[in-house]
Amino acid sequence: MVTLNQYLLLSAVLFAIGALGVFVRRNLITILLSIEIMLNAVNLTFVAAGRAFGTADGQIIVFFVMTVAAAEAAVGLAIIIALFRHRESLDPDAFTSLKW
Amino acid sequence: MLGGVAVVASLMVIGQRNPIHSVLLLIASFGGLSGLYILLDAPFVAVIQIIIYAGAIMVLFLFVVMLLNVAREDTEQDERVHVQVHRGSMRLGAVLAGLLVVELVWALASAGTLGGTFGPMAGLPAPVTSVHVIGQVLFTRYAFPFEVTSILILVAMVGAVVLARRETPRPAAGADAAGGSEERPAF
Amino acid sequence: MTPILIAQIVLLLFVFFMLLNSAAIMVYVERKVAAMLQQRLGPYLVGPRGLLQPFADVLKLMFKEDLRPTAADAFLFSLAPIISVTAAFAAFAVVPFGAETTFFGLLSHPIPLQVADVNVAVLVIFAIASMGVYGIVLAGWSSNSKYSLLGGLRSSAQMISYELSYGLALAAVLLIGNSLSLTHVVNGQAGYWFHVIPRWYVFVQPVGFAIFMIAGIAETNRAPFDFPEAEQELVAGYHTEYSSMRFAMFFMAEYINMVTVSAVAVDLFLGGWHGPFLPASLGWIWFLVKVGALLFFYVWMRWTLPRYRYDQLMAFGWKILLPIAALNLLATAAGVIHFGA
Repeated sequence: MVTLNQYLLLSAVLFAIGALGVFVRRNLITILLSIEIMLNAVNLTFVAAGRAFGTADGQIIVFFVMTVAAAEAAVGLAIIIALFRHRESLDPDAFTSLKW
Repeated sequence: MLGGVAVVASLMVIGQRNPIHSVLLLIASFGGLSGLYILLDAPFVAVIQIIIYAGAIMVLFLFVVMLLNVAREDTEQDERVHVQVHRGSMRLGAVLAGLLVVELVWALASAGTLGGTFGPMAGLPAPVTSVHVIGQVLFTRYAFPFEVTSILILVAMVGAVVLARRETPRPAAGADAAGGSEERPAF
Repeated sequence: MTPILIAQIVLLLFVFFMLLNSAAIMVYVERKVAAMLQQRLGPYLVGPRGLLQPFADVLKLMFKEDLRPTAADAFLFSLAPIISVTAAFAAFAVVPFGAETTFFGLLSHPIPLQVADVNVAVLVIFAIASMGVYGIVLAGWSSNSKYSLLGGLRSSAQMISYELSYGLALAAVLLIGNSLSLTHVVNGQAGYWFHVIPRWYVFVQPVGFAIFMIAGIAETNRAPFDFPEAEQELVAGYHTEYSSMRFAMFFMAEYINMVTVSAVAVDLFLGGWHGPFLPASLGWIWFLVKVGALLFFYVWMRWTLPRYRYDQLMAFGWKILLPIAALNLLATAAGVIHFGA
């Protein structure tokens, strides 16, 4: 792994895997996990670019992205718990009707 | 090679039936990414990745998976009911993701060599690795986002506790077995 | 294979071996000290004064039948103790236990007595402690029994709650130590004030030290915070279904975690390997003495204090310890700015 392009390519592939997970999986928790994969791919891009330009900004942005990802995971999981209590199912298709 | 670990682990994450295996594979993927960060001269970010992502967020996921006792995805049951919708949407999803990869690769290729090669021998500006410098930049140029992030975390914590709360009213005194942003129903 | 590389490999093997021994020694020490505190004799049959007792224990554990519940998830069931033990050993890899030495002039330049000299050593220890939680959670889940699951979840919730106070106490002492590398922090504690009081950070940060030790005891799931593995409450918590070598691995992991927390506390607060009357190259003797003192403290706490109930434990961690740790950090920051040291 020598060139910046290779890191960016890896990051693109990871992002696409995360996106694939969000489209394809039928389990809310796995969908959230795929979102985390996407966020990690973005983190990799930032760190690689920061290294290429020699600044610390890449790593600092990663710090913020991680914090936001943590907050979002916590709230997302809380929502999933609330949904599960109501419908006893983690399949997104079980929540297609607007009736609570 | 570490990149290969990250990719393989991520592929397995979305391919696994059992959500606990998914979470563990994602932890492995994060480990691979952490190694990549070390190779990119970012030791602080690598360690932070392990502490926050693999150490805290994934534990949260594991807790929720264990509490909800999700055994496995019911794809067999689903297939009996929504066969057409299920397979069609999966194929569409795969096609879209493939298109995404193609588009990103095309964007990279057409942008040319961005920054060229780098490694210990290349003539890049010296990498910024020390925590000292990161701290300095973080608390001066990025001080405002830093403070806003702390408010964000506070809001997220409160929101998570409120959202995951049971609907039956509790006696006021007994509400502190919960720890932070996780709510354990029967403890 | 340069001599330095050989020396480092020897050091690594030596540390590994010593950690294994320390687990065995701790078994014996714990039972003897418990006996002293309870005014009885403790093990005295096996070997002179019961010194071979740990060997007897290990032999017994090795020959026990290795059970595995059929409904348990086999892979995770086997993986959990491995994670616990690996995390316990790995955390000690970045802890320095002696000054730079050339092994009586055999080496061309000194190497620190540490398995891996990492710049961000303190963070690495914290990270590996976070990974240790997984061993327990997976053990609880994969045993597929309600006692194990409850014990595992409670134990890991306890560990991650007290990690916060642990981290804040660490941050306060790092403000004073001015570096994330443990070797630098220890070297900053050399010398004396007024020629009598050593410059250990425990005198500058007494509250921080207390918080660190309390959080450390809670992190390693030892009494008085060992509700999740209390025999009277939950059979044996997350390791109910484990037997023989797997149980031995959890057991070992717990003792080695104790040793690691004590070693880090000695490095951060008690001056590491600096001490009077000995030349710097023999500083590891002082290190051992100090770690021994802290381990004695650990055992003493276990057999003296009654156990906290789980909700009391969590309330203490979040409502009392965390605010105190945060205030400690604020006060330290104010002090550092004011005194400029």
